[in-house]
Amino acid sequence: MNLLGYVVKRIIQTLPLLFLVSIISFFLIRLAPVDPLAELKLNPSITQETLNYEVKRLGLDKPVIVQYCLWLKSFLKGDLGYCTTGEKVSDKLKERIPNTLLLTGFVIFFTWSVGIPLGIVAALNWRKPLDRILTIMSSIGMAIPSFFFALLLLIFAVKTGWFPTGGLTSYNYSELGFWGKITDILHHLVLPVIVLFTISLSGLQRQMRGNLLDVLQSDYVKFARAKGLSETKVIYKHALRNAINPMVTLLGFEFASLLSGAALTEYVFQYPGLGRLILEAVMKSDINLVMASLMMGTIMLVLGNLLADILLKLVDPAVEAA
Amino acid sequence: MAKLPDFNTFNKDSILKSVLKDEFARRALYILIILYMAVFLASFISPYPKDYSNREKAYCPPSKIYIINEEGKLSFPYTYNYKRFFDKETFSTKYIEDRTHKYKVKYFSKGEKYKLFGFIPLNRHFYDVENGGELYLLGTDINGRDNFSRLLYGGQISLTIGFLALLVSFPLGMIYGGISGYFGGKTDFIMMRIAEAIMSIPSFYLLIILASILPANMTSVQRFSLIVLILALIGWAGFSRVVRGMVLSIKKREFVIASEAIGASNMRTIIHHILPQTLSYVIVAMTLSVPSYILSESGLSFLGLGIQQPDASWGNMLKEAQEFINIISRPWLLTPGFLIFVAVLAFNVIGDTIRDAVDPNSKEK
Repeated sequence: MNLLGYVVKRIIQTLPLLFLVSIISFFLIRLAPVDPLAELKLNPSITQETLNYEVKRLGLDKPVIVQYCLWLKSFLKGDLGYCTTGEKVSDKLKERIPNTLLLTGFVIFFTWSVGIPLGIVAALNWRKPLDRILTIMSSIGMAIPSFFFALLLLIFAVKTGWFPTGGLTSYNYSELGFWGKITDILHHLVLPVIVLFTISLSGLQRQMRGNLLDVLQSDYVKFARAKGLSETKVIYKHALRNAINPMVTLLGFEFASLLSGAALTEYVFQYPGLGRLILEAVMKSDINLVMASLMMGTIMLVLGNLLADILLKLVDPAVEAA
Repeated sequence: MAKLPDFNTFNKDSILKSVLKDEFARRALYILIILYMAVFLASFISPYPKDYSNREKAYCPPSKIYIINEEGKLSFPYTYNYKRFFDKETFSTKYIEDRTHKYKVKYFSKGEKYKLFGFIPLNRHFYDVENGGELYLLGTDINGRDNFSRLLYGGQISLTIGFLALLVSFPLGMIYGGISGYFGGKTDFIMMRIAEAIMSIPSFYLLIILASILPANMTSVQRFSLIVLILALIGWAGFSRVVRGMVLSIKKREFVIASEAIGASNMRTIIHHILPQTLSYVIVAMTLSVPSYILSESGLSFLGLGIQQPDASWGNMLKEAQEFINIISRPWLLTPGFLIFVAVLAFNVIGDTIRDAVDPNSKEK
């Protein structure tokens, strides 16, 4: 089967999935007892007319099913509606999604470029002290709660003053030159990236180690050794390729867990990403905003998995489209 | 999908043996036993009751215990109270030790009445201090509550909520996966698509949405049970898919066909004959997933969506540490974070060993 056909088939498979997700999440959100207009109602300068207008605009006067249909209709048209604060939801998402992608992109890049070599090193030193140390370190990395680690790094940042304590840009960002802007953003990214990197590195390193150990026991590796190939050639030419293939599937999962893990980290670092957006939206019961960011999160997750599957098909043509 | 080891071949005794044989796993087990003991005996060990609060002593630093007195001689352990004063230069409230009066530490002394394990009435506390004295081993929080006592009471929630959630999510996932795999066809298709839909929502997003649905005016017991339910609702979907895969192969075995032949109902066949076959896997998977529930609860409470004040949980105790001034000058507020870390680490180490014992081919450790 050609690649294009495979991609199209996979995309068609995900559409009913997204539909189901939207139904589940819409009804969940509408169950929330919080009044989405509570803040406006408390504001004495807001008149009853404005309130009525808001109720109409957000569709709150209609039954839940009608609300869902209205939401779905406008969602399909690409109109995501307005937040309770009056801003366009799509504008907010446009501002936040790139930030989250930037963060996860950096994290995935670093975890892969560090985790894979570390996994190989651990597998080649199986049961030796180096392997033991790496195993202990990965256990520690897996056990730190992300928000707690973020807090510890915040203390570090406050005490040393080496890193900014939150956000993505400094107050004088707009006055900086092009390179100044880039360094400023990178400077703000260091701490959140360290937190997420530490947490996702451990899993990747372990997986790589396990895969390589499995492959090293297989018959074709034994055969390659018996043939008289040098150990370097056996490992890097024969074993490694097959050990890395399953890792590609993991990329999709990693993306998913990063989206979830990032929410708490973004919250502690006041990082303007999707996770913090949905958190704020949930607290205010801003239906349109929660729905839109939830759908975007899901779409990103599904796309991440799809991308991983396509990559896997590229590196390993033997994979069948499930 | 990772291939499953054959879970029917391992012996349950060998799991415990392998945990005790492994040096790290044994220590982890001891740590967990100590943590759970401390938490269950909280009302005995902690000198202050659950609702104690001393508004005069907000953010009081940890009390120092002296065993060598001013003359340099060994003495019975004693402590000094802290005195609050206002520093006019820095405009901040500070505490200094009030050295005018010593307070002896008392052991197994009579104090506040409580019920151990909820039904044994007692009034002795492991340690306490003479009348008028205050002994805050790990300082106090914003409301002047003893941090050490709250850590113990909070642990009761943080360390048990994961197990309770497992008791809901695993039966749910087993029955769901069992029905889906056993009936197959359209039922299977629809049920698995629903499970996949739940799995494709980023789990933490789903978690906070579910938590935000909870009404505010609930008793703490109600809230606790609902948080358990929410945590369970996140975890079952992925698990049910694995069970379904196992059921697909089990349902072709002779004993299932025999059960059908003697006219057992579908549900009876599933619950009495098929699901018990998956039990070994289920038990291992349960042990491995305890730490993730602990982390989820603490994350949720940290955001203020989980366990609410005045109840303590390690997550909501860390909420106070979100302010810069607190983490810089009041580091004792970070202790719940270390405890979460230690508990999760211990569970992970034991989980790794169990995985190795169950699956001899796995080289994860």
